[in-house]
Parts: sequence; structure tokens; C-alpha cells
Amino acid sequence: MDIRLDGISHSYGKLEVLRDIDLHIPSGRIVCLVGPSGCGKSTLLRFVGGLERPTLGRVLQMGAPPEKCLNPFTFIFQDFALLPWRNVRQNVSLVLEDRGISGAERDRIIADVLERTRLSDFEHALPRQLSGGMKQRVAIARALAVNPAVMLMDEPLSALDAQTRAHLMDDLITLWERQPFTAIYVTHDLAEAVRLGHKVVVLSRRPGLIREIVDVDKPLSERGYVDADLERIREYLWDMMREEARAADEELFNV
Amino acid sequence: MSDGTLPGGSAQYEVRFRGGGFSPSSKRWAGVLVFIVLIAFVEWGTRAGFISNLTLPHPSDVLATFGELWDSGMLIRHLGPSLGRLVVGAALGACAGICVGILIGLFSYIRAGIGPLVAAIFPIPKIALLPLFVIWFGIGEGSKYALIAFGTFTPTVVATYGAVDNVDRSLVRMGQSFGLTWFSIVRKIVLPGAMPGILSGLRISLSIAIILLVAAEMLGAQYGIGAYILEAGSLYDLERLFAGVVILSLLGVLTSGAITLIERRLLDWRV
Ligand SMILES: Nc1ncnc2c1ncn2[C@@H]1O[C@H](COP(=O)(O)OP(=O)(O)OP(=O)(O)O)[C@@H](O)[C@H]1O
Ligand SMILES: [Mg+2]
Repeated sequence: MDIRLDGISHSYGKLEVLRDIDLHIPSGRIVCLVGPSGCGKSTLLRFVGGLERPTLGRVLQMGAPPEKCLNPFTFIFQDFALLPWRNVRQNVSLVLEDRGISGAERDRIIADVLERTRLSDFEHALPRQLSGGMKQRVAIARALAVNPAVMLMDEPLSALDAQTRAHLMDDLITLWERQPFTAIYVTHDLAEAVRLGHKVVVLSRRPGLIREIVDVDKPLSERGYVDADLERIREYLWDMMREEARAADEELFNV
Repeated sequence: MSDGTLPGGSAQYEVRFRGGGFSPSSKRWAGVLVFIVLIAFVEWGTRAGFISNLTLPHPSDVLATFGELWDSGMLIRHLGPSLGRLVVGAALGACAGICVGILIGLFSYIRAGIGPLVAAIFPIPKIALLPLFVIWFGIGEGSKYALIAFGTFTPTVVATYGAVDNVDRSLVRMGQSFGLTWFSIVRKIVLPGAMPGILSGLRISLSIAIILLVAAEMLGAQYGIGAYILEAGSLYDLERLFAGVVILSLLGVLTSGAITLIERRLLDWRV
């Protein structure tokens, strides 16, 4: 199932946030979204996920979501959004409970996603007992449980420290190789973007419009932690964004 | 380097500790100790004579009165109806309060419509309405239930909708993004998230319920702790008066303990 963003513009009152966004997200690919702070990346993601409506334009889903897909558009949040009163297993179970998936089938799905995210031993731990990286892995397990057609990730790693980030990035790549998923991945970290993305979409500062779409052709499995090709693309992206990022940072919020 | 001077000869001091405090931990014996010291002091004072017998009774006499109460079966006679009124009234008021509080917390129209009404009836001393309740619900148990229920209702509403307001909206967003039903979001996200606030509201509401219980019983009841205290007061029977007061205090301690128990069970996920 492909996704197409068709002429999306949006304003919050007098504040124009996004202008004329056209974007195609092919099935099984990861599209990274980068851009200066406040340019509307999170907002765009909420439109795709159906949590908000744009002033103009539409989000189109091309074709039906694959069978057995419980929740086509599934978020992974920066702050994990785990229920603190439920343990790991119950947090995953939460998103299956409303879908009429019963006992044995539910147990099978939960065991499977916990195994894929290497959490099988922590089934009964409460969120407060987990490190940041583990919390985010629980959130990833929860997202995998509903078998999403598109993963919407809003800076999923930016609340974590550098080592954990590197580990989780490897985890994401492994997950993708095991079973390619479609994803829109918002990040501030260009290194993350070139490591994970098949396409990197650069937004300009507010009102956000698409400045350029950079393809990263190297297959995910061949990309290394230190990689000269990726480094070149990263530098190219940074040159493009540098001025904008500074200007966006110095902008006053007179909203 | 542990001998106080560095090789260079300059003196070396340990950094002064200035953390600590501000994090009360459970030291239960301290509370018990305060009670024992206080009671021992009064006992000593009344026996030695520098506390007049007109001001305070001997604590030991109060204890004796307590024993008599128990032996004669009057304790159950008075405590039974009181507990019944407290349980029924407080349960009605708290349940209604939690429901209305959640509705106010969730729906803008209900908030706009009922919020001001709750704010208007909150400061009314409910005891002033007892005559009204007597006419509405009769002189019997009905008016007492109503008074206690009404008194617990308003603080519970206010605490509950405050607690619902404080539920992390990003969790609600998460629920929506996974396609949970509205009812599921309320039951599995909003309600547990508001539970800490609701329970601490309940702690206050239940103390108010006890106060109103006594007030209602003083104004018209044959049996009940309130009636017992009123009778003792009009006869200036200090021992019995204090025995009644001690029962009330115990009731307060017990309800507060019950809430703590519930908190420990329901809120064990908190740090
Ligand atoms: N619900 C809202 N109401 C009004 N303004 C909003 C709302 N949500 C976002 N905005 C504004 O829209 C702009 C874009 O916000 P958004 O969160 O999408 O940016 P972002 O690109 O994700 O930024 P960041 O990189 O800091 O996460 C910001 O200026 C923000 O203040
Ligand atoms: Mg954002």
C-alpha cells in the first residue's frame, strides 16, 4: 500500500505551517523527513495518521492495506507513550484488546513481537523499571503487534542517549530486513536520516515546503556505522539546511 | 592522602553534606509516640491537679467508659447505625461525584453547563440544608443519607475533574492513534490516569462525610455517635463525651487507612 500526500497546506489560525506538500511514499520504503525546528514535521505526521485534518489537500492511501493489518497507520512517539500502570505485556496487549483478538492468538502475537524486540524476559516489568531504550522497544513491539501498513515515527530516538540510539537504529534496520515495512521517519539527526532512509525529504523553514528530495540508493544492509557515501550525502544535506536551521532557531514565537 | 594534608601541604576538608530532607518516609512509630506522650501528659496533669477536672477527664476514665460501652452493648447500638449512614451516604456521594467529575472532565458542554453549578454549591455549608432534606427525604434515614451524600459529592466532583484534566494527553492521543474505542480510552487510559487525584480527593471527602454524619445525628437521631456525644455534652459528662470523640477519631484514622490500602493496591505502578 503506497501513500500519497496531495497538495497539503495548513495554517493554525494566522500561522501558516505547511505549504503545498506533494509526496509519494512507496510501499516497503523508509522516508525520512528532516527540516528546521517548527517547520511542521510533526503536524504533517499527524495528518498522515488521521489525528488532525489539513486546511487544504488530502492524504491518499493507494490500494487496500494488506490483510491481517489491524491498524494501518501506527505511531511511534518520541516520549514512548506507554501506560505507566500496565506492564510490558499489558501495554502491548492494550492495542489488541479492542480488536476482538482472543486468548491464544493474542498470546502468540505478543510473544512474537516481544521476541522480535528482544523483550521476552521483561514481560512483567513496569515502564518505570525500564531504561529509555527498552521503553522505546516496548513501543516498537506495540506498533508491530497491530501489523501496520505504515509506521509513523516522530523523532523516536531523540529522547535517548547516543549509545542506545545506535543500538536501536541497528534494531530498526534488522526489523526492516526481516520484514520490510513502510515508514515516515521524522528526525533532527541527519546521520540517522541517511542511515535509515531510502529517501530523505528536506523541508524548508516555516511555512514548510519541500526543498529537495534526496535518494539514498545504497541498500540498508550495506550501510555501515561509519560510511563515506552516507557521510557525503549527510554533508550535502547539512549545507542545504545550515542557514535555515539558524534562522529558524532565532525566530521569535509571536503566536 | 587520607591523613588530612595533601603532599603540597595544603589542608584538606570533607565536603559538607547539605542534601537530605524534603522526602518524608514512613516512620509510623513517631505518630504513635506523639499520642502516647500526649495521653500520658494529660493523665499526669489531671491526677496532679494542674489540669482541672472540669477541663479534661482522666484518660483512664475515658477508657473505662469505653469498656462499659462495649460491655453494655451500647457501642454496637450507636456505632451500627452511624456506620450504615456513613457507608451508604458516602458511597452514593462519591460514586455520583466521580461520574459527574469524569463527565465534566471529558465534555466541554457539560463542563460549561454544570461546572458553575458545582462551584456555586461547593461553598454552601451542607448542614444548613438539613431542614430542607428533612422535608424532601423525611425525618428518618433518608435525610441523613442525602446530607452525607451531598456533602461528599461536591469535593469529589472537583477533585475528579481536576484529575481528569491532568491526565497526560499524549496517552490519549496514543489510544486514538491505535484505534481504541472511546469507551476503552476512558476506561483504560483516562480513569487509571486520574486515579491518584480521585483517591486523594476521596480522602478529603470522607473526612467531610464523618463531620456531616455527626452533625446530622446531633440534629435528630436516637442512636448514633452524634446522638451519643450530644447527650453526653448536655449532661456535661466529659468521660462519655471524650469516648465519643475518640470513636470519631478512630473512624477517621480507619477510613484514611483504608484509602491508603487502596492506593497501595491500585497505584503500585507509581514510583
Ligand atoms: N495544535 C496547534 N495549535 C497551534 N499551533 C500549533 C499546533 N501544533 C503545532 N503548532 C505550531 O505549528 C508549527 C509546527 O509545529 P510542529 O510541531 O509540526 O513542528 P516540528 O517540525 O515537528 O518541530 P520540531 O522539530 O521542533 O518537533 C510550530 O510553530 C507550532 O508552534
Ligand atoms: Mg516535532
